[in-house]
Amino acid sequence: MELLVSGDSALVRPPRWLLLHAFAVFAFLYLPIVVLIIYSFNGEGVGGFPPRNLTLDWYRILFADSAIWDSVINSLEVAFAAMVIALVFGVPAALALDRAEFPGKALFRRLVLLPLILPGIITGLSLLMLFNITGTKLSLLTIVLGHGTALISVATTEVFAGLRKLDRAQEEASLDLGANYWQTFWRVTLPNLKLPIVGAALLIFTLSMDEIAVSFFLIGRDNTLPLEIWGRLRRGITPEINAVSTIIFVFSLVTIVVWYRLRERTEGGAEVSAELAETAGDR
Amino acid sequence: MFSRAYKTAVTAPPLLWVAIFLLLPYALMFCYSFWSVSPAQTIVHSWSLSNYAQLLRVDVYWQTLLRSMWIAARVTCFSLLLGYPLAYFLSFHAGGRKDLLYQLVIIPLWVSYLVRAYAWKTILGSDGVLNTLLQYAHLTRHPVEFLLYSPFAVVLTLTHIYTPFAFLPIYAALEHIPRNLVEASHDLGATPGQTFWKVIFPLSIPGVLAGATFAFVLSLGDFLAPLLLGGPSGIMISNIVVSLFGAAYNWPLGAAISLAMLVLVVSLLFFSERLEKKWSFS
Repeated sequence: MELLVSGDSALVRPPRWLLLHAFAVFAFLYLPIVVLIIYSFNGEGVGGFPPRNLTLDWYRILFADSAIWDSVINSLEVAFAAMVIALVFGVPAALALDRAEFPGKALFRRLVLLPLILPGIITGLSLLMLFNITGTKLSLLTIVLGHGTALISVATTEVFAGLRKLDRAQEEASLDLGANYWQTFWRVTLPNLKLPIVGAALLIFTLSMDEIAVSFFLIGRDNTLPLEIWGRLRRGITPEINAVSTIIFVFSLVTIVVWYRLRERTEGGAEVSAELAETAGDR
Repeated sequence: MFSRAYKTAVTAPPLLWVAIFLLLPYALMFCYSFWSVSPAQTIVHSWSLSNYAQLLRVDVYWQTLLRSMWIAARVTCFSLLLGYPLAYFLSFHAGGRKDLLYQLVIIPLWVSYLVRAYAWKTILGSDGVLNTLLQYAHLTRHPVEFLLYSPFAVVLTLTHIYTPFAFLPIYAALEHIPRNLVEASHDLGATPGQTFWKVIFPLSIPGVLAGATFAFVLSLGDFLAPLLLGGPSGIMISNIVVSLFGAAYNWPLGAAISLAMLVLVVSLLFFSERLEKKWSFS
């Protein structure tokens, strides 16, 4: 730590262009978000500049729009079910990769991670063919299966990173003291993995809520929120979409902040962000 | 220390799931790509290479594939140009504000992809934010039309979306560089520029490769940004696949194009992984 501090101070001040560049990138990243939020209050619709006649009407219309809220409920259901599937299969997959040897392990590891990096269209279409051949009717269930499968990778990477840090001596002690594997799993392994699992669950939930490329091909009669928005975008839209996006943005922001506070209390901030960077890098 | 039963219990369920919902669908896509469609719009289960021949012979397919790769390459380039200096700034010069700034890079990812793409439409449109400002500043008298419904709009939007994806692995790689190496370089008399090019940059190459792969692969397969902002000249290969699976109803040809994309992507992943290994120290 000593070294780190002195190492940092040994560095010269950043060149001015680097500072300007960082500022410009942040402006670029946030410009559409600011525009989005401002236009949710724009009385004149989504076009035109500057925004005129600021109003809360779009929020009022939004709250009375049952199609949007139905799709929000659908999305929440899908995200929850996908999260359960991804965890139920992703956590054992991490355990298997950490502690079992089996033929095809390297292939399995790659396959599990593949949907995260593949364009969604490939995952979506290949599953569409499976459902078509087996005569499965497209519905929210097929979307759940798609999201669950694509997001197992998230649970597996997060939990695998957690397992690498886990001290196996605890599990060994539990087994030596007469607990069986089942008890050891529930009372020692799982509690130690609480943080990566909760983190993975939140990530899976939010990724599923926003997923569109896979859902696009697996959609039945009921829309998820992104698909409902997509349908409206194509018909020409109103700032109602900006309003619902603003609400979701604020909502996910609050979730993230709460999650960070929770984590900081248990781990300490620097470590959290280092670890997050690490998992992001793994992906 | 773990019994055979334990290992089977954790291995079998995910293995089975992956076999059914990943391996089998990919295999199906492979099969489909050799089948064809009869005039009566049914799938003919006879095997031939005609879809692949068509992919090579019909100009619009391979030209669109090349154009998509060109768009993806530009997106990758811009994402790295935006993401690398930012990651460097955060890792080496942000001091106590590092965590906060890191969060600020991540937060845009929590705004729906679709909605951010749409917001660019508000900005680039003919009565949009940018055009109004340009006219107000008397830089142009008529709205600049090429801003929207063009490859430019697609590249801009995809760069916006994938810059954080390029940033993350680069930042992780920079954070992993032992600071005493940097300090040693300074102590031995290297200028900041020499330290960067001879010590920091080579050690960050695995992160750059990972970031570039993310940006390229994800933007290559995108079909929503082109539909929203691309116009006729901004069509990408996935848009063709979407239409083949929809109105044009030619699943086998669509499967062949998807498979070509899959092979391209997987071989790219393979090579970038090899290169990353080569460049990582330790």
